[in-house]
Amino acid sequence: MNFESELKKGNFVIGTCTDCDRVVWPPSNLCNSCFGKITWKKASLMGKLIEYSKKNDMDFCLAEFENGIRIMGDLILKSKKPKIGAQIKLEKCGISDGCYSFVMELK
Amino acid sequence: MKQVAITNFGNTKFSRDDITIESSLLSATKSLFDQTPNLTQKDIDVVLVSTNENSKYLSAILSELSGITPKISHTVENLCSSGTNAIVSAYSYIASGLGNVALVVGGDRYDSPGQILEWDKSRGEYKHPIFWATLFTKSYKRKYNISTENLAIVSVKNHRNAKDNPNAYSNKTYTIDDVLNSKNLTEDLRILDCSRPCTGSSAVLLTSENFARKFSDTPVWLKGIGQKTTSASFTKNLDLTQMNSTKEAAKIAFDMSKLTSADVDVVEIHDAFSVCEPMILEDLNFAKKGEGLSLSKNMYDTFDRKINPRGGLIGTGHPLGATGVSQTVEVVQQIQGKAEKRQIENANIGLVHNMSAAATSSTVLLLKS
Ligand SMILES: [Zn+2]
Repeated sequence: MNFESELKKGNFVIGTCTDCDRVVWPPSNLCNSCFGKITWKKASLMGKLIEYSKKNDMDFCLAEFENGIRIMGDLILKSKKPKIGAQIKLEKCGISDGCYSFVMELK
Repeated sequence: MKQVAITNFGNTKFSRDDITIESSLLSATKSLFDQTPNLTQKDIDVVLVSTNENSKYLSAILSELSGITPKISHTVENLCSSGTNAIVSAYSYIASGLGNVALVVGGDRYDSPGQILEWDKSRGEYKHPIFWATLFTKSYKRKYNISTENLAIVSVKNHRNAKDNPNAYSNKTYTIDDVLNSKNLTEDLRILDCSRPCTGSSAVLLTSENFARKFSDTPVWLKGIGQKTTSASFTKNLDLTQMNSTKEAAKIAFDMSKLTSADVDVVEIHDAFSVCEPMILEDLNFAKKGEGLSLSKNMYDTFDRKINPRGGLIGTGHPLGATGVSQTVEVVQQIQGKAEKRQIENANIGLVHNMSAAATSSTVLLLKS
């Protein structure tokens, strides 16, 4: 199990060091604090909106999840108005053409 | 530590030309030799090439094509700040006594593979630099209540400065309306807010104290060097209204040189996108928080070329590995009084700011006559 094999299945997991218990982000096979081994667990899908903009008709954003993990992805608004700090949910994630993809929805 | 000087330079015109990287690097080298009295190939003991090209051992190739057989030669790559990273490496070789005369040549092609940061996957499908630039722009505009129209002055000013730079990619001037009406890349970014990838190379010659006057009556001394890498992921920038790597690099460089921003007469900063110029002016301590753009506007209104006299990346073009070298060439030209139409009166102290990877690495150089 690792970040990519889980992401391929649509699961968002985060790595924690088996020695010092720190969360390691971005995904790696060793801890960036003590070089310990990593275990993976499913992350909470709830996060907050850090910043957003729009390209053509596609809204996109930078969102922050537990432990300060930040990712960029599509932002689904469903005609709500985005506000910095607002709650968002990671609705979908995966890998397409070797590229990570994340879809967040404004709650 | 031993003193290190930049004595001479070479340039090529930045363009969209489809020429090989080897030939572009060689043109800049020829331009340097043409402008450097007393220099022979035998004098050079270090050759460094800064580039994002995937070609192997370009410094050895350039050395052979130029008839140089250096003691030390290798490529330096750190995305958009490869150029100043190579200058810092050359400085270190000379300061340590491993070499006396170093040739640094930076270059890239318009289709350079360094434009996309493949490794940084936390950005999902939003890999292109326009997306991090958009988020910086949006945050900065919101925090300081700045409009898209206000921000357009950076592009207008830097294109105007570039018009007097014969090596710049752009030779057109634009109005605020031209910038606003240019193609929308995102809601917060117009195409004229962006530096353009292009083909080009620039070169500088660094020497130890004992060799400086052999090649120039006006050597320019590298008084301060600051570099900082805070991460490799854009998403590790916790504050989108400032560049932490730049603030830290600036502090290191100012401390080393014992200079302050008030001493500086000419500044080349890495305006990869419009918003970068005001943010960096604040991070380098040339303006208070939120006042960087007023400084850019003031420069425009008073025809003052102090900030990005070359035309910045926006006006000059951005061949990644060449940029940091080209910025340094401009500051050296200004201090040596060789900047022709762009010359700033009594320029004695200059600053170069070069950054890469969505502001996660920065270099600051301080140069003095
Ligand atoms: Zn650990």
